[in-house]
Amino acid sequence: MNDLPLLSAETMASFAARGFLRFDGVVPEEINRQFLEEMGDIDPPRPGQKMRRTYGEMLARAGVPQTPAGAPLAQAYPDGSALKRLLDLPLVAGAIRSLVGEDPVFDHHFLHVTFPPAYHEASGGENVSQHYHQDSTIDPRRAFDIQIMYYPHTVTREMGGTRFLPGSHLRKVSEAAIARYQNIRGQQHMVCEGGTLLFLHSGIWHGGGVNVSDRTRTMFKVRINPSRSQVRQFDVSTLKPQETQRPIFYLKGPLPPSVEQILMTPEPWHENDTSRLELLNRVKLWRYLTGDPDYDADYWATRLETLADA
Amino acid sequence: MLRQKVLALYLANSALDAVVVGWSLWDGTGETRRMAGDEDAPPYPTGLHALRDGWRLIQASPLLPHARGEEFDLAYLKYEFLFEQIVETRP
Repeated sequence: MNDLPLLSAETMASFAARGFLRFDGVVPEEINRQFLEEMGDIDPPRPGQKMRRTYGEMLARAGVPQTPAGAPLAQAYPDGSALKRLLDLPLVAGAIRSLVGEDPVFDHHFLHVTFPPAYHEASGGENVSQHYHQDSTIDPRRAFDIQIMYYPHTVTREMGGTRFLPGSHLRKVSEAAIARYQNIRGQQHMVCEGGTLLFLHSGIWHGGGVNVSDRTRTMFKVRINPSRSQVRQFDVSTLKPQETQRPIFYLKGPLPPSVEQILMTPEPWHENDTSRLELLNRVKLWRYLTGDPDYDADYWATRLETLADA
Repeated sequence: MLRQKVLALYLANSALDAVVVGWSLWDGTGETRRMAGDEDAPPYPTGLHALRDGWRLIQASPLLPHARGEEFDLAYLKYEFLFEQIVETRP
């Protein structure tokens, strides 16, 4: 396990700040092909058949095991299966280890298929995108789960793609309570080549895009929990100690790249005041991930924690 | 027949002339069907631009004090402004 390519400190900081890591085209085509074969063909649209039935029949046929929640991730998929091979890819295993630590636990998985207009016309339903939501429930933990989104084939903009909002992971909301937000500045759509993986912090706001192409779009998601420590699981040899706090506000030029620079970069959707609280919450997450209870970037925490010597 | 269009703008602070960071539109005329993820650039730079374009403000989110111990907890977009247009449509 020590030979795994762990995430660097800067990549980990990017995950802490933005709540996602994207790896384009990293799954070999042979695994993508095997996965799609294991999922099986999807029946063409049948007039009058409801989408729920189409989906249910597809899930029943697909070659995905019905794995109990809480199982060790290492035992979730049979040896030789496409998903087992995918999870054993060094890049994937290293990223999982870096983000959720040793002995991760399988939470759940799902085969997401987004159907083109012909299916909705046949069923009499409306072809719309999925509302923004945060998965599961209100999650007050500092610890977090990860969700791996696997795109086994090319996804074009017309096919929809997963929509997600970078940096939204530290907001404590209740699932689809955020559905009122149709569009938010800085949102991204997963338009990608086959074999692309998107690692998400479990708090990221996201939703499936509407498919207006003429073919189905397949995405497989697996949620993974930590079972042990998430502290210092990334490549800590790349973590450069911060010798002094950076100057803030009054700057004579751009500051050099650093973990602090990554953590302190706001998102386009940040509100003026809560953006500062977002930065503070990133500092708290970085303290958790590095096991350094005194870490600060740009003085946001220090200012509040320094007690007057009265 | 009169029908309502509802526009929700989420601004960067509590001022109506602040920058738009999020937006939603529901069209009661049925002429358009807006949905999540359908537009990556906001329809107006600020809330004031929506007023100038004929949208009527019907609600703004209140400014609430921060509960002690929860000052740093963030959840929903904070500065929500709801607008309407009443539109004449043919039956």
